[in-house]
Formats: sequence, structure tokens, C-alpha cells
Amino acid sequence: MSVKARQRSGWSLAFVVVIVASLVPVFWLLMLSLKTPASATDGSFIPHHWTLDNYRDIFNQSVFTAALRNSIGIGLIATTLAVLLASSAAYAIARLDFPHKQTILAVALMVTLFPQVSLVGPLYNLWRQIGLFNTWLGLIIPYLTFALPLAIFVLSTFFREIPWELEQAAQIDGATPFQAFTKVIAPLAMPGLATTFIIVFLICWNDFVFAISLTATNAAMTVPAAIAQFPGVSQFTQPIGDIAAAAIVVTIPVMVLVLLFQRRIVAGLTAGAVKG
Amino acid sequence: MSAGVVGPPAAAASSSRPPHRLSDRVRAERKLAFYLVAPAVIVMIAVTAYPIIATIVLSLQKASLDEPGKNTFIGLDNYGYVFTAHLFWMDLIHTAVITVVSVSIELVLGMLLALAMHRVIFARGLLRSIALVPYAIVAVVAAYAWQYSWSLDNGGWIPRLLGLSGDPLSHQFGTYVAIIFTEVWKNTPYMALLLLAGLSLVPDELLEAAKVDGASAWQRFTKITLPLMKPAILVALLFRTLDAFRIFDVIYIFSQGANNTATLSQLSYSTLLERLNLGLGSAVSVVLFLIVGLIAFVFIKGFGAAANPGIETN
Repeated sequence: MSVKARQRSGWSLAFVVVIVASLVPVFWLLMLSLKTPASATDGSFIPHHWTLDNYRDIFNQSVFTAALRNSIGIGLIATTLAVLLASSAAYAIARLDFPHKQTILAVALMVTLFPQVSLVGPLYNLWRQIGLFNTWLGLIIPYLTFALPLAIFVLSTFFREIPWELEQAAQIDGATPFQAFTKVIAPLAMPGLATTFIIVFLICWNDFVFAISLTATNAAMTVPAAIAQFPGVSQFTQPIGDIAAAAIVVTIPVMVLVLLFQRRIVAGLTAGAVKG
Repeated sequence: MSAGVVGPPAAAASSSRPPHRLSDRVRAERKLAFYLVAPAVIVMIAVTAYPIIATIVLSLQKASLDEPGKNTFIGLDNYGYVFTAHLFWMDLIHTAVITVVSVSIELVLGMLLALAMHRVIFARGLLRSIALVPYAIVAVVAAYAWQYSWSLDNGGWIPRLLGLSGDPLSHQFGTYVAIIFTEVWKNTPYMALLLLAGLSLVPDELLEAAKVDGASAWQRFTKITLPLMKPAILVALLFRTLDAFRIFDVIYIFSQGANNTATLSQLSYSTLLERLNLGLGSAVSVVLFLIVGLIAFVFIKGFGAAANPGIETN
């Protein structure tokens, strides 16, 4: 019994350590964002004077609001395109028999692991010549380089798990092919599609390399790049409160998605890796 | 991974049909598959192939972003310059140190986290959600969170906790520690998830049987769990090593490569977009992806020995 009890307290301790370690830096940022500029560097965890000024400040700056709009718009468009293109490919990979199937998956995987900075030079050069520099399209295209292969990879894992026999069963029971698809297959495929959408969107939302290289102004700069270029009071001081507040704002959607869809995100991230 | 491993045909059930009908069916199926796969593959090639080929071509030219249209072919001169530059070798070492140290720590911590996620009975969902937070958080945000925590000048809590009198971010060792800390914090959850998937393939009965036979917990872990997890460990190491080797965001936020912590991605970026040397920067890029390819090749060779034939593809 005592061994059991000791193991139990061991795992409880691990539980606490994981939670503290995961959340402390986020908590630190949150507290920084609630401090007044004068007390931002006082080193205490809890602010002496609570304030929402930093948030008011960033939402009054077009740099941040424009960046937020760009991040959401570019992320949604790139993700939608990637998931649309990937879903037909993943359907074929999961359900049909054709040569070089594994090659496509292997290439997709290698492309997602490609060093992105290697693509930046020629894109910067070409974008400036053809007018795509600092535009939404100028970021959406490079985002597809990682979003599309990732979507193909994750979706084909999900599609493999769908019991496709149900489609035929429904047709035997008198459903039209269209009904079989909308009433049986689509509901089964939706969770996989939604999860893939979330994972790919989070990766686009996260991008920094392309955003810092291929954008310059409010027209297309996304939040990670904008935060890194927030103007300080002087050249040598960083606007800590503003940066912390902006960081918390971009972290909120991430936290919400992760807390709501934890189980599915875990399934999407891991299933392919071990089985493929 | 999938390279070289041929999966069993998805339509295996149809093989019981007569041969001539099968070949018609197979042809129709391949045609449909081609139409379904083509758009995605064409877009994938279009968006990645152009920049890759252009990078290779530019790496053989004297090209500056300042003077468009004045590119001249100079053969392998850029590569000669890269390989004789002290800066390149220093940055290669910085990248290798950050990669090896952080991935090693991630492997150990990730294994512990995976075991915790596997064994903890209460609030499992909550534990997994919270452990996922560092993974999902924007890398730039993670970098700022840790930079402000480590920086004495910005009132960070870590130097206070450790009782340091100097700012750890003012010298190379301290900056390294902080950068590796950030990398480990951000990526351990992903490592743990990949390992967790391998852990769930270890049959409980086998562990129970070994327990009955008197094997200690450590023996069960090293003699049963680890060998069975070897493929999952290799996949996790491959993914993380390639990802760590291209580290850019965290370095950029922390130091912009100051204090001698610049990495190859940072070198490539600054040569291209700060010094505007398109030819030389492209050569650095090509070297970077050749090294990444080499790492992948070595790992996949390792897989061939370790992963088969125990792993299924479907």
C-alpha cells in the first residue's frame, strides 16, 4: 500500500510541476502586461499598480490592429486553401490504390521540415519585382509551402480511420450517393477536417520568418513581426508593457483552441508520426 | 518514415475479383486518384520548387539586392567564401550546440512527461491541455516571455531567484542557457506527444508479466518499454532535430545573434536581407538545407535498421 501511495504522490508532484512549468512564463507575461510602464521592471510577480493601459495603448495603435487583421485574414485564407487542396489529395491517399502514394507523403513530410529561411531570398527578390512584396498574397503563397504538406499529412491519417464501408451500407439501404455522402461520410470526416484546420491555422499564426522578411508595413505585417518591431520610448528601451499585452492577445485564441480541442489536436499531431 | 515503406493497398478487398475486371478497375482508380492528387501536388511543387531552384541558381551568382539585373555567374566562388569564413563555422557550431543540447534535454524531459501523461489517472485531459500550451504558443511570444524572465535589466524573476548580480543575457553562456531553456520549454510537449504515441503501443500485459517475474520498474522500462519505443523515439528525434537546426525566431528575439549565439538561419537571413548579398546568402541557404538533408538521411538509414519490420504502414 505504501509503495502505491508513494507512486501516487510522485505522479501528483509531476502533475503540479508540469502545470507550473507550462504556465509560469505565460503568467509572467500576463502580469507584465498589467503593470504600469514605471513599474514594469520592478521584478515582482504581482503588479503593485494594476492597469489596463497597455491594452488600451496597443488597440489604439494601427500597427497592432492592422497586424491582428492581417494575421487573422492571411491565416484563414492560407489554411482554407491548404485544407481544400489537401482534402481531395488525402481522400485519394486514404481510399484509392495508386503508385507513389508513399512518395507523396514522404515528400510532403520533408517539405514541412525544410528550413524556411532558405526560401526567403528568392521570394523577397521576386516579390519586389512583381509587386507581391508586403501584400497578403505575398505571405499566403509561402505559407502554403508548409501548410499544404502538413494538411495532406494530417488529413490522410484521419481519413484512413473513417469506416468507408458505411457509405456502401447506406446506399444498400436506399440512400442516393449524394445522401450517403452528406449524411454518412461528411459527418465522419468533419472532425478530422476541423482538427487539421486548427493545427494548420496555429502554424500559420505562429510564422515569423516569412512575416519579418516579406512584409514591411500595416498592409500585410502579421502580429509576430509587428510585436518584434514595436517602437520603444527610446532606441534603447523596449516597450515591455505593450509587447507583453500584444503577446497575451495573440495567445488567447491559441489557449482557447488548445483547451477546447486538446484531444483532437493530440490525435492529429501524433497519429501519423508513429504509424507512417 | 514512409520513405521506402510500401503500404498494403487500400483496396485490397477488390483483389478477389476476376483479373480482367480488376485491371479496368485499377486503371479507373488510378485515374481518379491522379485527378484528386494533382492539384495539391502541383501547388506544392509550384510554391516550393521555384524558390529552391532559384536559391541554387542565385548561389552560383554574384548577386546583390541593391543592384537588380547585374547578376554575374561566378561558379562556386560563393561556396568557397562560405567555407573559408570563420563566421560560418562559428554559426554552424552555435547551431549544433543549441540543437544537440536542447534536443537531448527535450528527449529526457519529454519521456518523463509522456510517462506522466500515460500514467496519471486524474485530470488527464487538463494535464494534456496545459502541457500543450507551450507547443501551441507563438514562438515569438515564448521568446519574449523567457527573455523578460531572464533579463536582469528588465526585472526578470530568474536572476533574482538565482541571486545573480550580473545580467545573464549580457554574455554568451547566459544567453545560450536562456535560449536553450526557451527551446526546451516550447518543444518538450511535442516531443512528449510523439513519445506518448509510441508508449501506447507497448502492451500492458507484457509489463505485467515482467512484473510478476520480478523485474523492477527500471528493468521494465529499459528492457521492454524502451526497445519497443525505439521507432517512436527515432521519429521524435528526427522531427525535433530538423526543427531545432533551423531555429530562427527565438534567436532573433533574444539577441539578433549577439553574444555569439547566431545560428545558420540567422546568418542566412542577415546576409540576404541586412547585407543584401543575395548570392552569398543563397549559398548559406543551400548549405543549410544540405546539412538538414544529411541529418535526415542519417536518421532514415538508422530507421531502416530499427523500425522495420515491426511497424505497420496503415
